[in-house]
Amino acid sequence: MPRVALFVPCYVDYLAPQVGLATAELLEAYGCEVDFPEAQACCGQPMANLGCHADARPLALRFAKVFDAERYDHVVAPSGSCVAMVRHHYGELARGAREREALIEVGRRTRELCEFLVDVLEVEAIDGRYPHRVGLHHGCHGLRELGLGGPSEWAPSPPDKVGRLLESIDGLELIELERRDECCGFGGSFAVSEEAVSLRMGRDRLADHARGGAEVIVSTDVSCSLHLASVARSAGNTTRLLHVAELMNEARKALATR
Amino acid sequence: MSHPERAREFARDPERVAWHDGAVWSVRTRRDAAAAGVADWEALRETAARIRAHTLSRLPDYLEQLEDRASLVGVTVHWAADAAEHNEIVHGILYDHGVTRVVKSKSMLTEECELNPHLEAHGIEVVDTDLGERIVQLRGEPPSHIVMPAIHLRREEVGELFHQRLGAPAGLSAPEPLVEIARERLRAQFLEAQAGITGVNFAVAETGGLVVVTNEGNADLGTALPPLHIACMGVEKVIPRTRDLGVFLRLLARSATGQPISSYTSHFHGPRPGGALHLVMVDNGRSRLLGRESLRPSLACIRCGACLNTCPVYRRSGGHSYATPVAGPIGSVLSAARDIEAHASLPSACSLCGSCAAVCPVKIELPGMLRTLRVDAVAAGAIEPGMRWAARLGSQLLRRPRMLALAVRLGRRWLPRLASRWLADDSIAGQRELPELAARSFREQWRARDAED
Repeated sequence: MPRVALFVPCYVDYLAPQVGLATAELLEAYGCEVDFPEAQACCGQPMANLGCHADARPLALRFAKVFDAERYDHVVAPSGSCVAMVRHHYGELARGAREREALIEVGRRTRELCEFLVDVLEVEAIDGRYPHRVGLHHGCHGLRELGLGGPSEWAPSPPDKVGRLLESIDGLELIELERRDECCGFGGSFAVSEEAVSLRMGRDRLADHARGGAEVIVSTDVSCSLHLASVARSAGNTTRLLHVAELMNEARKALATR
Repeated sequence: MSHPERAREFARDPERVAWHDGAVWSVRTRRDAAAAGVADWEALRETAARIRAHTLSRLPDYLEQLEDRASLVGVTVHWAADAAEHNEIVHGILYDHGVTRVVKSKSMLTEECELNPHLEAHGIEVVDTDLGERIVQLRGEPPSHIVMPAIHLRREEVGELFHQRLGAPAGLSAPEPLVEIARERLRAQFLEAQAGITGVNFAVAETGGLVVVTNEGNADLGTALPPLHIACMGVEKVIPRTRDLGVFLRLLARSATGQPISSYTSHFHGPRPGGALHLVMVDNGRSRLLGRESLRPSLACIRCGACLNTCPVYRRSGGHSYATPVAGPIGSVLSAARDIEAHASLPSACSLCGSCAAVCPVKIELPGMLRTLRVDAVAAGAIEPGMRWAARLGSQLLRRPRMLALAVRLGRRWLPRLASRWLADDSIAGQRELPELAARSFREQWRARDAED
């Protein structure tokens, strides 16, 4: 049984704990031994994205120490963005070769939930039922930095790992979007510093899903969903926003209890 | 003013935002279709990126080769260290030829160097002949896009401008009559011009040939009618061989507008009989950029504008929100790399979505460069003090999970009130409701779950 450490991003911990629980349940259902090391903290992305590398570095070092290779084969997180930070940007924070090596090593073992299911556990289909029209919102970092889906810019576009898992669920219909992978406008500090553009991007994304007839918008990143939800709520838009772990776990349970 | 302030100005007219976003996005979709029509598109991008990286790695050699070969075919070559020297050289050539009327085809370099005001101050009339450029010139404003300079304007606004400035009948908005009026006016100006100034899309080191790409043929008219042609290029425009054009021309028009090739691709090998051709090669900060390894690939840019078209921020904030000669992701990189303090807000005018890097025909890692420039901004003390403190405080708090848990518990009561007050102060209040803290954190629930087992 692979020893899996669950990394729950700080905002998921306090704003969307159900996503962490759904991730753990899903991993256990697929035969993993899941541990949540309580010493874990934020991955450091908010500080790193501001350009404050010195403030991000202690968090990266802590991450590498907590998710030690001796104890865990894999680190799995329900966030493409945090995983992209750990895998692709930790090297930039290092001071010296040893630090760099440790930070890059932990990045190699860290995976987003869907890529872990597909690439490591080789899950091809989710046994579940979810009879709804679903709009898939790919978080940009998972999409373009981790390759969770096929970015629309690429010619030809590679297969979509998340979309394939979702489409395997009985009854689930993925809707067509006019712009299938445009950014929702969250972008961390961007949502604060570029508020006008950020909100507009959020509204535009919601409108695209609404035109496609989405009953549910499912995302690979809770940060995107929270941003979209905050824009939706103020506009009286009641579309359900779920993380992909919640949806897959709900679908799995729906089939199990039938 | 910072980028977010100017973006907020643009956002005051939501209809304009929707229309601008849609107009520019349609160019992105045309680019997608064109890229999909090339069987080995990704390989072509990779080839282009490698040719550019190679060229930049021995830029001085190729520039000297270009100078040699261009001189051999009769081109007079000038070197300019900066914008001021460039402008003086161009003015000097015009002065020597007794020129007072110039037609100019599109050149982002001359925008960067602010050539027009310099020449006008010396009593030389400069007419931009690219239609979009002419429109923004008549309005007295800079271009908002490197390929579509007047994309921020509606047809009706162009009609009104032509009515006021060119004596066109009032109320025109259909493209055909507007283009016809512009063409008629420009034709006279082409005929009267004593010199033509063009940019350079590619300069071929092995032949000394200069390649200029347009859709309107205005570069050809501007160089075929007057006897004097001045071509202005940034030093990064050199490519080693003629055959490399087969890579770049295939990428350029497809990335820029979705056309398989631009309408006019003009090759200049020396002056035409009886005429003179001057080439001005400009550094203006480029060799400093060449010296920064992490930012060097930004010099590979072929100015197709694809990163602007795909950028979700550019489309919703307009080109003028950048207040730089080149807008959008590549413009943010070039300007912030030149002067981080003057352009401190540009590296953050980006949600780091990564789409620009994925469309770039020469594979410039723009998001990575914007991240690097954010670090520069912090080092220069040029980021918002609030953001700087948020990062310091966040780092201290987030690395201590127990303290964070305590802070959340204590803050549960007043945090929402504080947040709603902060939002209420904002002109965008009511457009977003902050998420609520969960009743029990994941940690608490996990501990409870463990206890049950």
